[in-house]
Amino acid sequence: MSNTLEITNLNVSIGDKQILKDFSLTIPKGEVHAIMGPNGTGKSTLAKAIAGHPDYEITSGEVLLDGESILDMEPDERSRAGLFLAFQYPMEIPGVSIANFIRAAKNARLSEDEELNAPAYYKELYEKMDMLQIDRKFTARSVNDGFSGGEKKRCEILQMAMLQPSYAVLDETDSGLDIDALKVVSEGVNTLRGDNLGVLVITHYQRLLDYIVPDVVHVMYDGRIVKSGDKNLALELESKGYDWVKELAPAGA
Amino acid sequence: MATPTPEIEVDRESGNFKYEESHKYDAGYGLTEKTIDYISDVKKEDDWIREFRKRALKVFEDKPMPTNWATKDLENIVFENIRYYLADGQRAKKSWDDVPDDVKETFERLGIPENERKFLAGVEAQFDSEAAYSNMKDSVMKQGVIFMGSTEALMKHPEIFRKWFGKVIPTGDNKFSALNSAAFSGGSFIYVPKGVKVSHPLQAYFRINAENFGQFERTLIIADEGSEVTYMEGCTAPKFDTATLHSAVVELVAMPGAKIEYVTVQNWSSNVFNLVTKRAIAHEDAVVKWVDCNIGSRLTMKYPGVILKGKRARGEVLSIALANDGQHQDTGAKMIHAADETTSNIISKSISVGEGRSTYRGQVHMPKHLKGCKNNTECDALLINTNSRTDTYPAITVRGNDNSVQHEASVSKVSAEQIFYMQQRGMSEGEAMSLSVNGFVNDLTRHFPMEYSVELKRLIELEMEGSVG
Repeated sequence: MSNTLEITNLNVSIGDKQILKDFSLTIPKGEVHAIMGPNGTGKSTLAKAIAGHPDYEITSGEVLLDGESILDMEPDERSRAGLFLAFQYPMEIPGVSIANFIRAAKNARLSEDEELNAPAYYKELYEKMDMLQIDRKFTARSVNDGFSGGEKKRCEILQMAMLQPSYAVLDETDSGLDIDALKVVSEGVNTLRGDNLGVLVITHYQRLLDYIVPDVVHVMYDGRIVKSGDKNLALELESKGYDWVKELAPAGA
Repeated sequence: MATPTPEIEVDRESGNFKYEESHKYDAGYGLTEKTIDYISDVKKEDDWIREFRKRALKVFEDKPMPTNWATKDLENIVFENIRYYLADGQRAKKSWDDVPDDVKETFERLGIPENERKFLAGVEAQFDSEAAYSNMKDSVMKQGVIFMGSTEALMKHPEIFRKWFGKVIPTGDNKFSALNSAAFSGGSFIYVPKGVKVSHPLQAYFRINAENFGQFERTLIIADEGSEVTYMEGCTAPKFDTATLHSAVVELVAMPGAKIEYVTVQNWSSNVFNLVTKRAIAHEDAVVKWVDCNIGSRLTMKYPGVILKGKRARGEVLSIALANDGQHQDTGAKMIHAADETTSNIISKSISVGEGRSTYRGQVHMPKHLKGCKNNTECDALLINTNSRTDTYPAITVRGNDNSVQHEASVSKVSAEQIFYMQQRGMSEGEAMSLSVNGFVNDLTRHFPMEYSVELKRLIELEMEGSVG
């Protein structure tokens, strides 16, 4: 069994419009990859499509999680198989507390005759909230309901920490964050980095990559990766701007 | 190939199973004076009850269906195809050991004896037309509390019950209260003496087992001055191809300073017409609280009300209605302010799923001459998927300058994006929907008695999982 999230020649459409074009990318466990690119180039589509959002039609291609295809799986099955998506715009779930929400997500991973150990669960929850500098009073608040942008993103990383996925896709986790919140969220992600986790960071700005230092940086344009390199590629992109990448796109695309 | 018929039919839902019926007394199909004589003879009723029934039958026959404001689906009830009295002719037993095996098993599967041991002060379990089991803890009996079936209570304690019987809800209140007054059988009669506070709830469980049948229980609760009582009722029926009718009348009398809390959790199968009239009179400083959870049924029409008759009386209706595919929950509340400084509170939460339909009808009445009355009404509707429908008809009549009313209504939707978000965390579509629904009703249910909020949560989960196609 290969320890990678492997995306091969993925073509994705919304309605009549093709967004991803023969997109390929392999993320081994233990590595952090970053995808940068201008707006409207398909970064968020990639995130939603591999998570199984019903609006995104995969017309061809393959996504293998540790060697197993996940394309026929429901979104919840993909989650339980180890895929986590930190949303760019996390949804509000009124009336459902964070503690109950994460608990329900954990319970969904247990077999029918297993039961979550409540004291151990709360111990773990509080530890991880402390790490992300989330006030413990938040456990009783409804998921994302009335949260600031920074609170929402911290709550996403809290869920990631609690669910311990093998692959995590962070979709514009830096958007809407001030510099302090950005540092806290990044530290949280860095704490979770390790041999058992592959991370794909999707971002528009290089700034986030000062804090979450990637092993590989990919530049995306018009539905595919046009250039890959090490962390210095992000700096280069920052100084040259995105117009430069457009020239890298294949002719006629 | 013929498969052996299983002794008991079961499926996913906890209430959907039935036992073969073996009734000694069957009043047959349709409702006439003869039917009433049959019921009165079997029950060995006093003449005044027989006459009461017969007068009610006339009113029932004369009253048109309320289809000028309510759903036309009412016209699909064929009264001639319904049986109005089914019983085995035995008195309600005081011990579960004496209850016939099939009836006992029915209630065991519904968890009644277990709940009785755990947290109830008394239980009455009705099977079709009559109670099969009725018992109260000795300690409660010693306090002078009366808890028995309607027939027995009218015979044994007419001095207490006759005074209020049919007074809170007159026979002619509506077509279905008249129908109940003609054919009533079963239900609970409760009297709580002055100053007695019943520490644990009294529970009734209404079970319909027979097909083509109407259940018409009649409940009257009188809480004397300064007393307190909580009464809970649960209802189920198996799923039949034909329509089943449940038409109850529930009257509550809260004497000065008394408190009555009436909790309903009904889980009717989708063939049941559930047309129930519930009303209370609250005297000075009395408090009446209706907690009404309506899950299932083909059509439910129910608007629990409180007549706030004495100064500073308080009425509350907290209701939750879940309308799934093919169901219509037409529910609401009535608050009739009839004295100064009376207060009322209505919180209604409805959930419409698939083709399900929810309607809220509220009536708040405050006449001009009253002072210091207050009402708060909140109606929240949750829609799950685009075919759902919800309507709100609040009728608030407030006159005079010294009264105040607050009304809020909201409609929200569980979006596909919310479901996707939850699924991305590992919950199935059904789990995601039931979590949203439980979140929606959460601020209400956390005020419910614990056992009932757990039961409600479980019913919502079953209902939502079944709704995922």
